[in-house]
Amino acid sequence: MTHPGATLFANPVLTASGCGGSGRELAAYGDLGELGGFVTRSVTLQPRAGSAEPRIVESPSGLVNAIGLQNPGVTAFLGAELPSLLELDARVVVSIAGHSLGEYAELSRTLGRTDGVAGLEVNLSAPDPLGGGLLDAREPFQAASVVGSCRRDLRAGVVLLAKLRSDVTRVVDAARAVVDAGADAVVVGNALPATLPDGRPGGLSGPAILPQVLRCVAEVARAVPDAAVIGCGGIMDADDARAYLSAGAQAVQVGTALFHDPTTAFRIAREIAQHPPAGEDDR
Amino acid sequence: MTIPAGGPLHVTAEVLAAKTVGAYHHLSLVAPGVGERSRPGSFLAVSVGDGHLARRAMWIHRVGPMGGHRAVVDIVVEARGPGTRALAALTTGAEVEVTGPLGRSFALPREPARCLLVGEGYAAAALTSLPERLRERRCLVRMVLGGADDAHLLEPLAARRSVGQVEVAVGEPTAAVLRALPEVDVVYAAATTSTLRFLADAVAGTDVTCQVALERPLTCATGLCQGCPVPVRDEGGCSHVVRACVDGPVFRAGRVDWEALA
Repeated sequence: MTHPGATLFANPVLTASGCGGSGRELAAYGDLGELGGFVTRSVTLQPRAGSAEPRIVESPSGLVNAIGLQNPGVTAFLGAELPSLLELDARVVVSIAGHSLGEYAELSRTLGRTDGVAGLEVNLSAPDPLGGGLLDAREPFQAASVVGSCRRDLRAGVVLLAKLRSDVTRVVDAARAVVDAGADAVVVGNALPATLPDGRPGGLSGPAILPQVLRCVAEVARAVPDAAVIGCGGIMDADDARAYLSAGAQAVQVGTALFHDPTTAFRIAREIAQHPPAGEDDR
Repeated sequence: MTIPAGGPLHVTAEVLAAKTVGAYHHLSLVAPGVGERSRPGSFLAVSVGDGHLARRAMWIHRVGPMGGHRAVVDIVVEARGPGTRALAALTTGAEVEVTGPLGRSFALPREPARCLLVGEGYAAAALTSLPERLRERRCLVRMVLGGADDAHLLEPLAARRSVGQVEVAVGEPTAAVLRALPEVDVVYAAATTSTLRFLADAVAGTDVTCQVALERPLTCATGLCQGCPVPVRDEGGCSHVVRACVDGPVFRAGRVDWEALA
């Protein structure tokens, strides 16, 4: 069976939101055009200065981060960062976060009509959405209404991704709800809600969370067969990526590994292109 | 789009030599291409393995030929946490993943100037290659070399050979800095944050230009993670947040919002 999401990306390896800088920094280590897509950090309507320090601390095989969605706001993003990403041949997926349904709709309208934006990724899984002042989208119906608002105003041809948290008790319902609301694919996995040593809320990412996210990807792939699934959690090498693809994901996002080795995504993309996971030829 | 020439490289480096001097461990690394591209104030990021994802940022101390290699990179490690302890334990022949050279380096004066280097602890390594570059530009160079105690002074003899006029300041370097300041036009500093802030205050409102190599906890060290915010004030007094690793680590002292810097 040809999966509706199978052709979303030329290469099944993308960067994860918030892990590739503005794109220019990552481009020092490889060709962004070789990746399936570059997912930007979450862009909000207004600029955000981000959290206090420390923003990132190590935990065993992981990092706990509280960046606070630092970003220049959508206007500055369109003026400076997007043009530079396009110059670098990136297939640009813009992650968006909003404080209200209206903000999501406005971001979707603004970005959706901009040439060069290949897709939007609706961030419905920030590890501390309420502390960050974001719209509460923890319930599947809330997630669906956000996706619906974005879909309504989105130009045809722009791919709409919904990024869900890897909560195994809710992720299947959430995936079904956002697909029904018009998402082209679900990204399963974000930093898990965690706590920094000083007591502030943060998100845990890295190989420490891979088995947990993998379970959620497998559940969604099994229970919502019409959803294209993108796995995002703790991928450090091509074998990790293949584990997600074998579990039913059509693509993967590489995030925290880039902080450890900025060449990781390029290397995995090349290795997957050379040695696709078994069974792909049957699709 | 091809990878820009002269940018940072991610390579597997081999430890060519390891020695302990005072409180510090000196590692000489064969890191192809990294040394050749390095400039004064550049640093590199090292992976320490064992489940540690964050990189350890190390000033590039010295670049030179050794053991048949053209541009061996020396770094200075003070073992203070699990990562730096692992680096300090590396022996000859060990391999480590290295990314570099990273960061904005020191800007050199266009005209001959009287320059003061202020180095404190292992951070003084960031200044090692400056005197030669400055003298090429017919600058006068003097130095205040500080450290908490004798063991934390970085190579005072080598500093004397390279700079000539070196005042060694064990403990608090501020008195020595104040003695030197009236006779210089330009300051290059790599020291503790409190010493850098002291310098920024001391040169504020004077004609002395001061560049500081700011050391902040880094995670990726390559501009990707946004984990190293530095609050700065631009010409118009407008405040914003930049990254220590790619927008620095060298800043004009007056640009940093020291009050807001945690």
